[in-house]
Amino acid sequence: MLLFIEQLLNGLQLGVMLFLMSAGLTLVFGIMQVINLAHGSFYMIGAYVAATVAARSGSFLLGMAVALPVAAAVGMTVELTVLRRLYKRDHLDQVLATFGLIFFFNELTRIIWGRQPLFMDIPAWLGGAVELLPGVHYPVYRLAIILVGVLVALFLYLLFSRTRLGMQIRAGASNREMVAALGVNIRLLYTLVFGLGTMLAALAGIMAGPILAVEAGMGESILILTFVVIVIGGIGSVRGALIGALLVGMVDTMGRAFLPDVLRFVFSPATADTLGASLSSMSVYIFMAMVLTFKPAGLFPAHN
Amino acid sequence: MINRKAVINVLGLLIFLLLPPLTQLFGQEYLLSLFSRILIYGLAAASLDLILGYGGMVSLGHAVFMGIGGYSVGILAFHSYESTAFMSWPLLISGTENALLVWPVAVLAAAFFGLVTGAICLRTKGMHFIMITLAFAQMAYYFFVSLSTYGGSDGLSLYNRNTMPLFDLGSDVTFYYLCLGILLVFLLMGHRLMQSHFGRVISGCRENEQRVQVLGFASYRYKLACYTFAAAAAGLAGALLANQGEFVSPGLMHWTKSGEIMVMVLLGGMGTLTGPVLGAATLLLMEDFLAMYTEHWMVILGPFLIVVVLFAKRGLYGLLTGAGGRHD
Repeated sequence: MLLFIEQLLNGLQLGVMLFLMSAGLTLVFGIMQVINLAHGSFYMIGAYVAATVAARSGSFLLGMAVALPVAAAVGMTVELTVLRRLYKRDHLDQVLATFGLIFFFNELTRIIWGRQPLFMDIPAWLGGAVELLPGVHYPVYRLAIILVGVLVALFLYLLFSRTRLGMQIRAGASNREMVAALGVNIRLLYTLVFGLGTMLAALAGIMAGPILAVEAGMGESILILTFVVIVIGGIGSVRGALIGALLVGMVDTMGRAFLPDVLRFVFSPATADTLGASLSSMSVYIFMAMVLTFKPAGLFPAHN
Repeated sequence: MINRKAVINVLGLLIFLLLPPLTQLFGQEYLLSLFSRILIYGLAAASLDLILGYGGMVSLGHAVFMGIGGYSVGILAFHSYESTAFMSWPLLISGTENALLVWPVAVLAAAFFGLVTGAICLRTKGMHFIMITLAFAQMAYYFFVSLSTYGGSDGLSLYNRNTMPLFDLGSDVTFYYLCLGILLVFLLMGHRLMQSHFGRVISGCRENEQRVQVLGFASYRYKLACYTFAAAAAGLAGALLANQGEFVSPGLMHWTKSGEIMVMVLLGGMGTLTGPVLGAATLLLMEDFLAMYTEHWMVILGPFLIVVVLFAKRGLYGLLTGAGGRHD
């Protein structure tokens, strides 16, 4: 039972990371209708810049304060130079060009930071563990990640439902020409949305820095899971991204933690372990296939 | 009929035919293994072209079929070395290194996986199709990573290539010509297929699937058949690649491999079948060439790809022949 609660929190934490990644990506999908494989690169850039600054200055917060604008600047530059030309192209062109971007960014980080992974320390004020329930100790840092996710979700909700900018973004998603005709600078709006998405991906990268190794190519493993989240949640829907991220986080964590034990009731321990290991690493994809069999457009398809 | 396209095709064929004696003449035998890989990736890219270029189905998981073909070779060879059975129930299947048995198994396994996943993937369109093909490929990738019996993420090494009556596959020259022969047969078959009634329906689905349906064709079945056929060909490419390098690993079906095959198709020219072979040659030669100068060759290749996508829409084959190429 205690283990179950701990795994529940782990699932929640993975879900929050995935939400940070998928919120930005689903906006870009939904509003600009563009597939951006390079979203994982921004996650990586965020982690690298934060790790470097934090190591030099000794301050995690300073690392974050530098990494977020740097990543946003890189993202907006990419939007201005490459992605902007792809909005009207078909998905194939978008896939290939952003695939090229991945090559470029991965190799660039290897040139700048070398092939050795960087390691980021958990800031002292977030170190240690707290006793949530009698017998359940949980690292403070992972709780902080969950808190950041909740704050970001709240921020996005307020941004979209309560501000003028949010209204313009929603309008731009449903009818680009109409919004432009009303005098909104839609190109600037797109660049801003892209920057916002980049910043969220970088935030995920920064938060992941202390618990994972910071290395070239780190963005790709989470990128694919992010796609799964978006497809399950429904392309273009931030609410769908939130639900999808939490579901995927839970399915993945619970599968890895408990599937081998469950299978032991039926199979011999050796078979159960092998089968459990392969089934749990595929569980997310099986879950996605199941969702799409019943809901081909995802759980919360966006209005357009 | 003599035109630019025919001249280019004949020239390309001559280069490939004369390559082994030329490499021996100049003492550059290592090029032979590179060109064998070019032929094999050319087969994979041409098979992707059937669904991507002709059918307009953007699959980002094509490498998975190569992986399945490769693992068919690897797993059967593994059981042959160990003298154990791959399966003892309900059928007794023991390991083998006979290419005449192993390669058809590789093709059938890839085709079966293509049929099952294609049946699900083709229910969706556009972005969803890209994502789902990608997800199935990742699923298979993680499945093979977790198969510790067959080496897990380290993969499987073969002690030697498969055996075949009359051909000595261990000889690099023989193996090269066999790959060339298989590729040519596939290109001819693919060409005939796409000129046929079946191919017209597939191209029609790319242009406007609704119209095809209105004309009374069950477009879904045509697309699924095309997808399965492409998967089978990629499975054969995987079996050849496993033999060429005498090694298989899950890396063969990583999604970046699928991306690379897609790049080959676009680089060479979509919907031309021959173009993707040219694309495979260009990409692999470029990798090899750039790697001689810098270990960071990807930093050049990445922007090169972006430029090709943005400005050279018809691909190299389109540029050379001045015709054909890409359909938007």
